[in-house]
Amino acid sequence: MGIDLPLIWAVIILFGVMAYVMMDGFDLGIGLLFPFVADKDERDVMMNTVAPVWDGNETWLVLGGAGLLVGFPLAYSVILSALYLPIVFMLLGLIFRGVAFEFRFKASEQHRHWWDKAFIGGSTVAAFSQGVILGAYIDGIPVVERGYAGGALDWLTPFSLFTGMGLCVAYALLGGTWLILKTGGSLRARMIGLTRPVSWALFAVIIAVSVWTPLAHPAVARRWFSLPMLLWFSPVPVLVALTFWKLRQSLHSEPRAGPFVLSLCLVFLGYTGFAISVWPNVVPPSISIRDAAGPPQSLGFALVGALLVIPMILGYTAWGYYVFRGKVDASRGYH
Amino acid sequence: MWTPDALQLARIQFGFTVSFHIIFPAITIGLASYLAVLEGCWLHSRNEVYRTLYHFWSKIFAVNFGMGVVSGLVMAYEFGTNWSHFSDFAGGITGPLLAYEVLTAFFLEAGFLGVMLFGWKRVGPELHFFATIMVAVGTLVSATWILASNSWMQTPQGYEIVAGRVVPTDWLKVIFNPSFPFRLAHMGVAAYLATALMVGASGAWHLLRGRDDPGIRTMTSMAMWMLLIAAPAQAVIGDFHGLNTREHQPVKIAAIEGHWQNAPNAGVPLALFAWPDSKQEINRFAVEVPHLGSVILTHTWDGQFRGLKEFPAQDRPNVAVVFWSFRVMVGLGLLMIALGIWAGWARWRGTLYRSRLLLLCALFMGPAGIVAMLAGWITTEVGRQPWVVYGVLRTADAVTRHSVAELSLSLALFVVIYFAVFGAGIRYLLRLIAVGPGADGTTQVTGGPGQSRHALRPLSCAPDPLGQPGGAP
Repeated sequence: MGIDLPLIWAVIILFGVMAYVMMDGFDLGIGLLFPFVADKDERDVMMNTVAPVWDGNETWLVLGGAGLLVGFPLAYSVILSALYLPIVFMLLGLIFRGVAFEFRFKASEQHRHWWDKAFIGGSTVAAFSQGVILGAYIDGIPVVERGYAGGALDWLTPFSLFTGMGLCVAYALLGGTWLILKTGGSLRARMIGLTRPVSWALFAVIIAVSVWTPLAHPAVARRWFSLPMLLWFSPVPVLVALTFWKLRQSLHSEPRAGPFVLSLCLVFLGYTGFAISVWPNVVPPSISIRDAAGPPQSLGFALVGALLVIPMILGYTAWGYYVFRGKVDASRGYH
Repeated sequence: MWTPDALQLARIQFGFTVSFHIIFPAITIGLASYLAVLEGCWLHSRNEVYRTLYHFWSKIFAVNFGMGVVSGLVMAYEFGTNWSHFSDFAGGITGPLLAYEVLTAFFLEAGFLGVMLFGWKRVGPELHFFATIMVAVGTLVSATWILASNSWMQTPQGYEIVAGRVVPTDWLKVIFNPSFPFRLAHMGVAAYLATALMVGASGAWHLLRGRDDPGIRTMTSMAMWMLLIAAPAQAVIGDFHGLNTREHQPVKIAAIEGHWQNAPNAGVPLALFAWPDSKQEINRFAVEVPHLGSVILTHTWDGQFRGLKEFPAQDRPNVAVVFWSFRVMVGLGLLMIALGIWAGWARWRGTLYRSRLLLLCALFMGPAGIVAMLAGWITTEVGRQPWVVYGVLRTADAVTRHSVAELSLSLALFVVIYFAVFGAGIRYLLRLIAVGPGADGTTQVTGGPGQSRHALRPLSCAPDPLGQPGGAP
């Protein structure tokens, strides 16, 4: 038959993870930036800027998990086993912040600060864990006889801790530039000041990971630095440099949507680089999407539902962002 | 002292997280159908009481739905983190079924849930009613997928094993496997009963505190009607489910009955009370009713069914747990039937809203539906051990080889955070219920995609802070 089901599912999952990073990244970033804003009203505004679109994490994360189980059961079982503890930390962090998000509005004045702390803690743990998961995944997962063959703490390496921090920086930049777009007055001014050093930090992180990964993994180095691959992929680093330069510029003029869009571009380019390094493996360094794919009867059966529902979710999301355009201030609040 | 090994810890962790989770979808299923009935009654009679009740329970429904989504997040990953060999082996079948459950839920959220929760002032009454019905149907469809998956693990068919992995050969056979219809009916009615008991207890609580208005009376009355009809029906369904289990999982039935062996040419008694001793293969302190076991499970006076000793010891479940969880379920089920009949009698005598003893019993029976449902799940899940896919894959072969230290840490975190987070959620739900219908405004809040209140955040439907009509303007 002519349909390449494993490829379609790989694209769905890659798209789902990207949608997750793009849409949940900035609202996790809001949680990371919460400690830098003490004023209660300004914190309310920060929350209100994500309340109408705060849904990325559950939808795309659950879809990503279920999609991985459908498409690549072997990858689902091996990756989640290898990264057991960081995944548990991430899930608990997300639960904590998700519920804190809702109950913060419903709590009385004297209890609210507890939910604030839960929101900050949950966001930080979730963002950091995701970065650790990313780093450990790039580092590769040993597999013997279709089972994870490493130890309980194999994920804990200098590289994964670095990517954990790196992802927090990326999310903080997304959150900060989102607030520049959606707010005004002193909060926006503070965010402009804050995102300048954060954008430098992210640039440094991208360079560090780009150097570290090929040095540590010869396969990744071969992918990037052999001809003709080098020519095909050279636009990626060039675009990163260009985007960063534009981002710096936009932060110094009177910024509106520019910094947020450019930050999204940076994150997207980083994600592209990651996909180039790993493809066509679903469990680095050696299990490809063909090796790990589930039975075609299963992939085809589930694809029908996915193709019906995913466009609906995208439509809903796009409609939501459209309705929610414009600035949020203290008067146009949550209520 | 008993120290659990890694397999037991993994099972405890799964049991803990899934037990917490199942409470919310069950109440969601029950409340969605209840809301559809309320709205239908309102459209039919235009009696304002129904509309008030609809808005009251829709907020509780929304919070409950939100809790279900949050606790479900963990479930989507747990099959991989803790049961990796199961996922690799059976993912070809359980994966698509789980995916359809998830997709159905998101279909609802992106589609009809928003109209139902926030569209009261925006769409016509018929369209709104249609949305409510779709949500009610959707929750049942969602449950159907996950119960198909679970039932397939209990009574697998429609597959072959290729290169050590399950490959579906006939999806209709996979989904409509032998135990599926019974499990679906049993769980659906369990959700209705758990919800009716919760609604009834809420009504009783308000009546006992002297708040006696048409809304409170109507919801108490509807709950008691539901109990009167559904509780006996559940007993009948359970009986059929038992016969099905006797056919397909005889050792589970033997454990449920604490039935070690047949005496020659004699009916099987029913043990009302006993302490099954797996080492000596006997029941201690047994209190038995002669022939009743035969009557229930074979529908004959002297019929026999296979005893535990006919199965090798390594293929038997933990008899004491199965035996007792089943008795908790059935005991509570009998109490539900009794409460339904008592309330029906009181209704006939005209004392339904005045009899303090009856209302107290209804109040204390509030959580009984949830407890009975959990006990039933413990019976069926522990009862199929030592298998995870019955007769095909053993639980011990399905588990990820994590260390005791890892599992202890994660279990401790799950327990602490679940009690903190869902404890707060349940407390909030109870406070919402305590406010009662009508007091928090009779109209629905508005919202939708791009607004602060929208369907992917079902919790935003509920008032904040509590007690103000839908929050400030």
